[in-house]
Amino acid sequence: MSSELHFILNDRDVRLAEVGAHDTLLDFLRLDRHLTGTKEGCAEGDCGACTVLVGRLHDGALRYEPVNACIRFLASCHGCHIVTIEHLRGTDGGLHPVQRAMVEHHGSQCGFCTPGFVMALYGLWMQTPHPSMLEIETALQGNLCRCTGYEPIVKAAFAAAEAGGQNMDALAVERDAITARLAAMPAIRVEAARGDDRVILPADAADLALVLAENPKATIVAGATDVGLWVTKFLRNISPAVFIGHLADLKRIEIAGDHINIGAGVTYSEFEPVLRAHFPEAVDYWLRIGGWQVRNAGTIGGNIANGSPIGETPPLLIALGASITLRSTEGQRVVPIEDYFIEYGKQDRRPGEFVESIRMPLKGKARIAAYKVSKRHHADITASAAAFRVETDGATIIDARVAFGGMAGIPKRASHAEAALNGQPFTKDTFEAAAKAVANDFQPLSDWRASAEYRQQLAANFFRRFWLEQAGEEPRLRRAE
Amino acid sequence: MKQDVQIFGAAHSSIQHDSAEKHVTGTAEYTDDLVGPARMVHAYLGLSEIAHGRITELDLSAVRAAPGVVDVLTAKELPGVNDVSPNGKNDDPIFADPEVQFLGQPIFAVIAETRDLARRACKLARVTYEELPFVLDLIAARDAGMGYVTEPMTLRRGELEPAMAAAPRRIKNRMTVGGQDHFYLEGQIAMAIPGEGPEVSIFVSTQHPSEVQHMVSHVLDVPASAVVVNVRRMGGGFGGKETQMNLFACVAAVAAKRLNRAVKLRPDRDDDMTATGKRHDFVIDYEIGFDDSGKIHAVSGDWYARCGFSADLSGPVTDRALFHADNAYYYPAVELRSHPMKTNTVSNTAFRGFGGPQGVIAAERMIEEIAYTLGRDPLEIRKLNLYENGQLTPYHQPVEDQILPRIFEDLEASSDYQARRQAVIDWNAKGGTIRKGIALTPVKFGISFTATWFNQAGALIHIYSDGSVHLNHGGTEMGQGLNTKVAQVVAEALGVNFHRIQITKTTTEKVPNTSATAASSGTDLNGMAAQDACRQLLERLTAFAAEMKGVSVEEVRIGETVQIGPHQMPFDEFIKAAYVARIHLSAAGFYKTPKIHWDRATGRGHPFYYFAYGAACAEVSVDTLTGEYVIERADVLHDVGRSLNPIIDKGQVEGAFVQGTGWLTSEELWWDGKGRLRTHAPSTYKIPLASDRPKVFNVRLADWSVNREKTIKRSKAVGEPPFMLGISVFEALNMAVASFNDYRENPCLDAPATPERVLMAIERLRS
Repeated sequence: MSSELHFILNDRDVRLAEVGAHDTLLDFLRLDRHLTGTKEGCAEGDCGACTVLVGRLHDGALRYEPVNACIRFLASCHGCHIVTIEHLRGTDGGLHPVQRAMVEHHGSQCGFCTPGFVMALYGLWMQTPHPSMLEIETALQGNLCRCTGYEPIVKAAFAAAEAGGQNMDALAVERDAITARLAAMPAIRVEAARGDDRVILPADAADLALVLAENPKATIVAGATDVGLWVTKFLRNISPAVFIGHLADLKRIEIAGDHINIGAGVTYSEFEPVLRAHFPEAVDYWLRIGGWQVRNAGTIGGNIANGSPIGETPPLLIALGASITLRSTEGQRVVPIEDYFIEYGKQDRRPGEFVESIRMPLKGKARIAAYKVSKRHHADITASAAAFRVETDGATIIDARVAFGGMAGIPKRASHAEAALNGQPFTKDTFEAAAKAVANDFQPLSDWRASAEYRQQLAANFFRRFWLEQAGEEPRLRRAE
Repeated sequence: MKQDVQIFGAAHSSIQHDSAEKHVTGTAEYTDDLVGPARMVHAYLGLSEIAHGRITELDLSAVRAAPGVVDVLTAKELPGVNDVSPNGKNDDPIFADPEVQFLGQPIFAVIAETRDLARRACKLARVTYEELPFVLDLIAARDAGMGYVTEPMTLRRGELEPAMAAAPRRIKNRMTVGGQDHFYLEGQIAMAIPGEGPEVSIFVSTQHPSEVQHMVSHVLDVPASAVVVNVRRMGGGFGGKETQMNLFACVAAVAAKRLNRAVKLRPDRDDDMTATGKRHDFVIDYEIGFDDSGKIHAVSGDWYARCGFSADLSGPVTDRALFHADNAYYYPAVELRSHPMKTNTVSNTAFRGFGGPQGVIAAERMIEEIAYTLGRDPLEIRKLNLYENGQLTPYHQPVEDQILPRIFEDLEASSDYQARRQAVIDWNAKGGTIRKGIALTPVKFGISFTATWFNQAGALIHIYSDGSVHLNHGGTEMGQGLNTKVAQVVAEALGVNFHRIQITKTTTEKVPNTSATAASSGTDLNGMAAQDACRQLLERLTAFAAEMKGVSVEEVRIGETVQIGPHQMPFDEFIKAAYVARIHLSAAGFYKTPKIHWDRATGRGHPFYYFAYGAACAEVSVDTLTGEYVIERADVLHDVGRSLNPIIDKGQVEGAFVQGTGWLTSEELWWDGKGRLRTHAPSTYKIPLASDRPKVFNVRLADWSVNREKTIKRSKAVGEPPFMLGISVFEALNMAVASFNDYRENPCLDAPATPERVLMAIERLRS
């Protein structure tokens, strides 16, 4: 066990003995290290002004991803390489190609969001040397600019791609050295504290079970895309906090026969390629979860575990008939995911338990769809979402599973609507009947995201959309082809 | 002698923003990035939890006892007045005492060793209220007799009643237009550093340093001369830092003087959005009389604005709504009335356009009403009613610089409007799930502060003996490129390269009594003042050069190479000689806008020096199962006169268009039944993303336009006017919805046209 946090910040090793659960990376950068290029715009992971890159080893390979420093806890930086705007420069010491492109295309006005944009574009430039318009817009979902209208920033992204030079980049040049340094950091338990404010980083999943048995009231923190706000917005006490985002044994994705086993610590971004391969119908939906920075941090397990009625993954997983494995020192137990959500704010997770993995059945011959509507298309919280899994035998529906988010206190199946589908012919009229029946399934709330009437209308229209798409009649609105 | 040598960064050249390289490297300093003095402490504000009531007990004992707390401020601790009202009405307390007038109103401040400790201590306050009835909605406020926060205005021309009665057709209707949060990326922030005696120095993110200076002086009860206000740059302003930073600066200043320590105050984004004012939302009741040709005969309208609990800038904002209720159209008989309604909500304030957008959008709604009623293309109705030169606005100023017919002609052709409109109609006729709409709308925007005395500016230029040039002026940089453009004016005037000019922070120590950088006027005013300073320097330098070499002043040309008759000298060497000869190398310039006058009581005058024009054509696709939409294409043609910096001006136009689109689409302010703003952060308040901008975005400046008035280099103001071009998107959405009823009925979408409003309007027409 170690009592010291250890990571690399730009070109320096950082070892910290005094770390509290509530310390954010952003405050550490700005207040402690006076690295003020990284800005605070919202302190909730929605504006991207605080974007930094986090490099970490995935099966031995170093990967850098943009994340929001404002809701990234300092403790979760253990074993990582943190790269801020101050570290970015060209090989000649001048501007980096991404920076140069932003200047030449007039991508900054007030300049406050600019370091965040530069870091997101840098992340894109590293991972995707020749991005499409769709890839650029997707990479920028987590960055707000209030001045430019984005056009010059998008032009800069293309120009940076043209400039190339990825193999000359500082992080590329340093890659082997950084990899070696990170690999040398042992996977042992870290416990650190500032006074009563405690953090624990277990060594592995088994150790996590032990830690939770010792600290049954601990706050489990994975990507912190929600827990971060408990601290920055609600000033809640999360100590002792147990950080799990670094655990390699919670990051496995295995395809086993007719299903996929997904470690609870797998981020949205890490799962995206698998989703593309097996559920291409749901990629659009997936890319409406947060912005890129949030998808790089947030985990599927966390999205389930925190029990939010508006999480995006539960409707999809419920429709697919997924189950989760909960683990503690007592052992493991498997729960169908739809039974995990008991009521608003209450889940079937016992003290000392954690979500270890998700078992996601492959679709086989079923027809799949996932829909979400929000006030803004990207990086917005669900007004209403639905996922469909419909199996037919010939022209008859034999098994329809339709699950909704945003319509009740928990993510939930639409039993009346399912009843209107099951055993019925696969026709427009059947889906029209289900569209009407779904009105009996939910009594949604009116709030700032949507009125109850709108949510009901959307729920009904999702059935109409499903039919139209299956019938091949209507396209969806698409931002780019 | 005329300048004939090319210099870098002269006026009209497209050079980059002077801070661009600092922006992209993270080295541009904002107020929160400044290295603070030793022992600096941090303030945080405690906010009201109710919308209206009287504080009966304010128990701050637990706050005082909290870790790290060094001081607590309430109204009683203020040495001077408890007021930051920018208009002399004394209705804008720093701390509620004892009446709380909106949920989120500051009541006290905590000063602690760290911001985190100050913030946590705030939560320990125990405030007991006697709750009073409250009104949030502006029509409810009218019905409840809440009254006005400031004097309303009426504009009147012609005989309304007979003209309305005689009009062959009349329509009476109501439009609701939502407000908008500024969402400057850098939130409010102030840092105060105490000096000796009465002195204090403030570093603050503000558009209006002189006002901060005066507010701090009143609240500290010290002369304005003891207060220095500094701002290098803001991370966005948009009007949200014209008056709203006063409170933060004053709290920091009071605490700094009490403790004799530097104090910084930076609210969290949620508190910033809850406690500071926004764009006014409006309800507009209009009546329009017109004939079968679509020609307008008479317009009558009431503009009700939710002003919040105090006047702030609501008077001039609601005035400007009326000034723009005609947009680009001639109303033969007209009466327009403003109603600045008091409500128990945050006091609304300046925001890009300053009420103008809420006037313009109603004018465009009336055009659409006529078009749908007559079954005509709204563009035809627009063209039919455009001002002709010489016609009078409702405020009796003649329009004399009309260029919209040319802008329309150019944009209609370049956007291929007619063919695309037909294609949209044909597409919709197929009756599919995706519907389309297209609209081409203009803007005419009056340039000048309507408070005539604000139309003045100063600048201070020093040339140091090494030949380097130090530029200071009264405007503030918030991203709009003002410093760059003013420096270009100076570079050109002195004939020297742009890089010779050191752009410095704005400070009340150098240029006093400045106006807010607002009303799009920053370059017009400060550019002229800087040019005036250059004129004085050139006069002295030219006379010196002529005398030195015994030539006539006509034979002298100042520049990077100074030409004196047959002699040439490098600028540095020449300046050194001027210094040795004891030539005064510093000059203060001044400018006041000519021609303008305004008599609010009679509603007559010439409030605007000139008008800026533009037009946009937007096409949208709407998903009629969800109400979601995309902007397929937008074409913009905008008039900035002879642009001082075309690439910077284009950036203003693009940014304004997208911001205007946000106002009318995804940006929704939503208060709950208790008066709590629930869309108070980017998680709930949704400004446009890169993926919301038009898929195809063609923005051009009308490069043939020259300001007929003698503005700085014949350019025109650019900040606000293009904001209103986002209305083209709103009207295009309206058209897509109207396709459900074959365009026989105007769907009359209210703003913002969120996906919900679009879908519910579609459902209304379906049934």
